[in-house]
Amino acid sequence: MIKRFPIQGRTLALVLVLVPLLALFIYVALRSGPLAPVPVTVTSVEDRAISPALFGIGTIEARYTYRIGPTFAGRIKRLDVHVGDTVKAGQVLGEMDPVDLDERIQGQEAALKRAKALLNEALARQAYAQTQSRRYEQLLEVRAISEETVATKKHELQVAEAGLNAAREELARIQADREALIAQRRNLKLVAPVDGLITARDADPGTTIVAGQAVVELIDPESLWVNVRFDQIHAHGLAAKLPATIVLRSQTVELRTGRVLRVEPLADTVTEETLAKVIFDQLPEPLPPVGELAEVTVALPALPAAPTIPNAAILRRNGGLGVWQIKNGDLRFIPVILGAADLEGNVQVREGLQAGDQVVLYSAKALSARNRIDIVDRIPGVKP
Amino acid sequence: MISLAGRDIMHAWGKFVFTGVGLGLLIGVTLSMAGIYRGMVDDAKVLLDNSGADLWVVQKDTLGPYAESSSIYDDTWRSIRGMPGVERVANITYLTMQVRQGERDVRAMVTGVTPGEAGTPGWPPYLVAGRQITRGHYEAVADIASGFKLGDRIQIRRNHYTVVGLTRRMVSSNGDPMVFIPLKDAQESQFLKDNDAILQQRRRTAENPNFNRPQVPGLLEAVIASQSTNPYVNAVLVQIKSGHNADEVAQSIRRWKRLTVYTRGQMEAILVGKLIATSARQIGMFLVILSIVSSAIVAFIIYTLTLGKIREIAVLKLIGTKNRTIAGLIMQQAIALGLIGFVVGKISATLLMAPFFPKYVLLEPLDSVFGFIAVVVICVLSSIIAIRVALKVDPAEAIGG
Repeated sequence: MIKRFPIQGRTLALVLVLVPLLALFIYVALRSGPLAPVPVTVTSVEDRAISPALFGIGTIEARYTYRIGPTFAGRIKRLDVHVGDTVKAGQVLGEMDPVDLDERIQGQEAALKRAKALLNEALARQAYAQTQSRRYEQLLEVRAISEETVATKKHELQVAEAGLNAAREELARIQADREALIAQRRNLKLVAPVDGLITARDADPGTTIVAGQAVVELIDPESLWVNVRFDQIHAHGLAAKLPATIVLRSQTVELRTGRVLRVEPLADTVTEETLAKVIFDQLPEPLPPVGELAEVTVALPALPAAPTIPNAAILRRNGGLGVWQIKNGDLRFIPVILGAADLEGNVQVREGLQAGDQVVLYSAKALSARNRIDIVDRIPGVKP
Repeated sequence: MISLAGRDIMHAWGKFVFTGVGLGLLIGVTLSMAGIYRGMVDDAKVLLDNSGADLWVVQKDTLGPYAESSSIYDDTWRSIRGMPGVERVANITYLTMQVRQGERDVRAMVTGVTPGEAGTPGWPPYLVAGRQITRGHYEAVADIASGFKLGDRIQIRRNHYTVVGLTRRMVSSNGDPMVFIPLKDAQESQFLKDNDAILQQRRRTAENPNFNRPQVPGLLEAVIASQSTNPYVNAVLVQIKSGHNADEVAQSIRRWKRLTVYTRGQMEAILVGKLIATSARQIGMFLVILSIVSSAIVAFIIYTLTLGKIREIAVLKLIGTKNRTIAGLIMQQAIALGLIGFVVGKISATLLMAPFFPKYVLLEPLDSVFGFIAVVVICVLSSIIAIRVALKVDPAEAIGG
């Protein structure tokens, strides 16, 4: 007995080493690889109301932009405003070089004086011719002169009257010419059409500008709006007057409210986006720069309660959308027809599931109906 | 009948078990190496699985989008959608780049997915946390291997994205974690230069008298606007209607749209045969070298063990033990050693090596079975040399020597 003891001790030690090793081996073989159960988390379908919303990005734009420039080619003489200046309606912003326009107006003024003189001369002629004509008619009544002389005088009167008319019209013409030049001279002034803010000064004095080219640009700061683009796939339900929240890229913590002013009747065919204009309820102070990026979330009317699942539970299998339902511990793929969704990832289910059904939310790998599952609170590896 | 081999092992079991454990670690490394190779192939396959596509439509005559760069116009999908047999199409972009989060950056494959609902081709097929992308911009679903958490703000080029969902095993064929972002953002991030480069580009354009003509106001703005668009994607993913043959649909797209189309089988051949071919061959080479080294070591260990008890064997021969019994003793010991080695190897590969290896290690049960058979065969073969030595021993050595 005493002699056999060491051998038993050895056997015991060997068993102590080998048995745990074998147990570990079996554990490893069954708990890793394809034979291992897949950890999944489960959620139950809930009846709840969701508030769908649309998300788009846009840029701040001014509704009214005035690009002010001369109506014909010329050189800028002076420009009194700079970017950032606020101007009043009718304020002179600058002036184009008149070149010879002033001299031409002076010439027209001289021509006007001359025309007036010519008119006076014609008046004098006409008055004299009329007097002569009357006098000769009286002389004819007493038969002191011949009829021919009277006829001559009458003709002279007609000629003088025609000359008077011509002189009057000439005066009117020269006056009109002068006024046209003065109007052109006035037109050289660059005048603000409305109260506004100068946003661009594209040229400086001395620059030659072609007709129609803008020299300064001003916007109406009260008319800032956001030109928002929504992907057409997510633009269902977009309509005017819907409330919106606006987040400016420079002020991401501050939410601003607004509403949809209009949905553009023309969509962008290239980018497959629908365009809409969103206005602020209250303009931010200070004004955001035109062109700043803004994220816009448009809230759609809330929908009545319906079975709702998180979108992470939905997957496509054999061409159809569905979820993995757990019934009596077994996995079953249930095809579903989806309804509206909100931006938080909740999707309403129109057909396929009832409230209270248990569905797989997350899984550690792609599931198939043959998988064994292990229901856990959190998939291993996901940090809280 | 008493087991000679068992008795002998019991005689110095500590030494025997430790030898087995040492051998086991070597076998563990070999199994891990096979696992690394399987993992590489699996990385390529999950990339294809996760895209959910039956066909990949890419730029003509390229091996895109994974093995080679490919770019096609982002409205090509419309004409492909109209082809017979096509059920669903989606644009997709892939670009491996650095994704920044605070101070650190992670190398990731940024994938631009077409907006839509869950299940759209290209979308992550399952999540481990969070939710799928719902907004058309500035949301991201990241793979858990990237180390990002839900709610993290990550930066790709100049834009910031909020991580809303996490995936697992969504990796590129190189094993880089994938980050899914909306397609339009991804198109921009592929194309968008840094602000300084954009500024320089504008300056260069403005200095070109052809583009900046005083007589034509607005031309410069139009040119600059046309320079800053990116109407390209890398591929169009196609799902085909049930009942249609993938090869036929691919052939008709190839023929009528003059684009290159790959089916699942062809794509797998490209990824496994071309993209990871060199690294897979490296691993394969290592595997072969390791196997040879392991067998040599097993043979050497058994040979040394046998030489260690040559005197005892001589005694056995002297007392007239049959040759078969002596051969059985050596072979049983060799196989026992191999068994301990395999068990220790499998455990160490699964628990100690695979979880900590930087790349994905896939230990397939079938590989383990093959490994087991190989270990037993190697042990049997290497014991033959030892048996030859043992049988040739002169019984006289038991008394002499």
